[in-house]
Amino acid sequence: MKKTYKIDVDCAVCADKMEQAAKKTEGVKDCVVNFMTLKMKVEFEDGADMAAVMDRVRANCKKAEADCEVFI
Amino acid sequence: MNKKQKNLLIRIIIAAVFFVPLYLISEGIIQTGFPKWLILVLFLIPYLTVGYDILRKAALGIKNKQVFDENFLMTIATIGAIVLGEYGEGVAVMLLYQVGELFQSYAVGKSRRNITELMDIRPDYANIEVDGELEQVDPEEVEVGSIIVVQPGEKVPLDGVIIEGKTAMNTSALTGESKPVDVEEGQTVLSGSINMTGVLKIRTTTEFDESTASKILDLVENASSRKSKSENFISKFARVYTPIVVYCALALAILPPLFVMITKVGMGNYETVGKLWMDWVLRACTFLVISCPCAVVISVPLSFFAGIGGASKQGILVKGSNYLETLSEVRVVAFDKTGTITKGNFEVTAIHHSPLEERTMLEYAALAECHSSHPISLSLQQAYAGKLDQSRVTDVEEISGHGIIAKVDGHDIAIGNEKMMTKVGVEFHPCSHVGTIIHMSLDGAYAGHIVISDELKPSSREAITALKKAGVEKVVMLTGDAKSVTEKVAAEVGVSDYRAELLPADKVNVVETLLAECIGRKRLAFVGDGINDAPVLSRADIGIAMGALGSDAAIEAADIVLMDDDPIKIPKAIRISRKCLGIVKQNIVFALAVKVICLVLAALGLANMWVAIIADVGVMILAVLNAIRCLFVSKL
Repeated sequence: MKKTYKIDVDCAVCADKMEQAAKKTEGVKDCVVNFMTLKMKVEFEDGADMAAVMDRVRANCKKAEADCEVFI
Repeated sequence: MNKKQKNLLIRIIIAAVFFVPLYLISEGIIQTGFPKWLILVLFLIPYLTVGYDILRKAALGIKNKQVFDENFLMTIATIGAIVLGEYGEGVAVMLLYQVGELFQSYAVGKSRRNITELMDIRPDYANIEVDGELEQVDPEEVEVGSIIVVQPGEKVPLDGVIIEGKTAMNTSALTGESKPVDVEEGQTVLSGSINMTGVLKIRTTTEFDESTASKILDLVENASSRKSKSENFISKFARVYTPIVVYCALALAILPPLFVMITKVGMGNYETVGKLWMDWVLRACTFLVISCPCAVVISVPLSFFAGIGGASKQGILVKGSNYLETLSEVRVVAFDKTGTITKGNFEVTAIHHSPLEERTMLEYAALAECHSSHPISLSLQQAYAGKLDQSRVTDVEEISGHGIIAKVDGHDIAIGNEKMMTKVGVEFHPCSHVGTIIHMSLDGAYAGHIVISDELKPSSREAITALKKAGVEKVVMLTGDAKSVTEKVAAEVGVSDYRAELLPADKVNVVETLLAECIGRKRLAFVGDGINDAPVLSRADIGIAMGALGSDAAIEAADIVLMDDDPIKIPKAIRISRKCLGIVKQNIVFALAVKVICLVLAALGLANMWVAIIADVGVMILAVLNAIRCLFVSKL
């Protein structure tokens, strides 16, 4: 299951940090953050609770880069 | 500018207004006699005004164990400078850093908007007629089979068939072709095209999500998510670069002064031990200023995004940055013949040995064939172009593998291939032309033959020449067609290497062999029209589907989709990719070179903080401006 979310972030390095943080989140199989289109494409593990996973993704992203937002 | 940017701009201006007189005071150019502590306090006003968010983010970063981010580096470097008494430098670095951030944010935001607008074919609304009045509704809510009205100047919101009206249609957003196309009742129109002159009523054939415009948007928007090697390289690089520079800075602050203190070598250059440490710590702070890799990191994805955006404006859809990268390395191009080099529609190209007038002969032929749906009969009807009265035709008999026997206006007509002529016992003239030959007999006498052949696209030859000029070493033509036809087409367009009479599976094998011959970084592109060649498209390094509007299988299988069917777009796509990759490389080399030089100069004590920050911000601005050049590809 793949889903795309809008994000807000200021720099390309920060976007990469978000990608790394999201990838390490439990329940996320893979993640690509596109800085130019400000979108995050998340591939979930089978059977993962998407809402819960995305909450964790947002929390982890904020930890990695204080000034970012994931619009769930 | 958005709110955040405006806010930052105001802070920069306020800080700058405070900073300039203070700097002149601190440098002793304006004599005031202020004590040193007062100057420090005054300097903190612009410093905190412009940099408080950086300090906050640095603190948050430490809390979240994300030490190596540029906020932290800037904080350490500027605070370090201020503590060491270099107030002016410290504040200036923060100020200029923020100027750079503002510029970067503005430039990226602007190009993001420009490129998105460029690709914006998303229709905003659809007009539905309710009780004689037009009502605007969301295109997502329009059901398949609804009747929508498109007025002049409006975008077609959904794919459909025209049921009323005719107009000139601007399809440039889809195909990159600016010449309008005339359409009328019964023809299909694709969403994303713009109605220029007349009012149209359209019966929709797709839902919004399935419409051409949505599919293209989806494709382009997801394009830069497939990252190229350069992008991956640069983000990996950024991850190691910053920590390395920080550790170097740490070493620079501690090791040389320790060395000097222990060995006393060079101690003579410093008045006191304190001055020795100050000098090296300041050098280390300068190091930290240079350690932000933002310039390269921002310019690489920006270049690809701009390149993909520019190409899509030309009707070339690239499905990912990685494909743009591979395309620039293409040295072998394999073409499918039908539908790419040739038009793929069969036309009457000659009429020979007919005792009748050509027009009369065509009329008889078209009439005899008018009940058949064979492509040949369609080409005959197209060539005749007049109205065919089917009641003039009687006793039609279709003989499979031979042709048709019929009575037209009471005349006995037999039409078909050579076997047909032998069957009806009529002597015929064999034809020397290449193509499909249709013989005809009228009342038992030979009435000549019609040559039907596939036509070359007008730009095929030019495209092949341009490909070779663009550095493509080998052009191969693959086709299922007969050898004689292939030979002729190959000679006409200037391709020396061709393989004829291939089955679809053979094409995959040929491409495999060609791939095996590509050594090193040579890449192979396969160009097809998307019919029957999806396996080959996905097997090649780069699959290019042309004229693929509406063919989902081809859009799915190909890496690059040409929206119209003009082969000249292939060398163009290659040139665009080369330009884009060239710019990416320029930026990487330029930015890294400047950084390395500055690091060396800073370590030697030859570059102060001013040089460092100007190099940092300057490189970023130049790299961003250079990246935006990728957008301008229309003249390539």
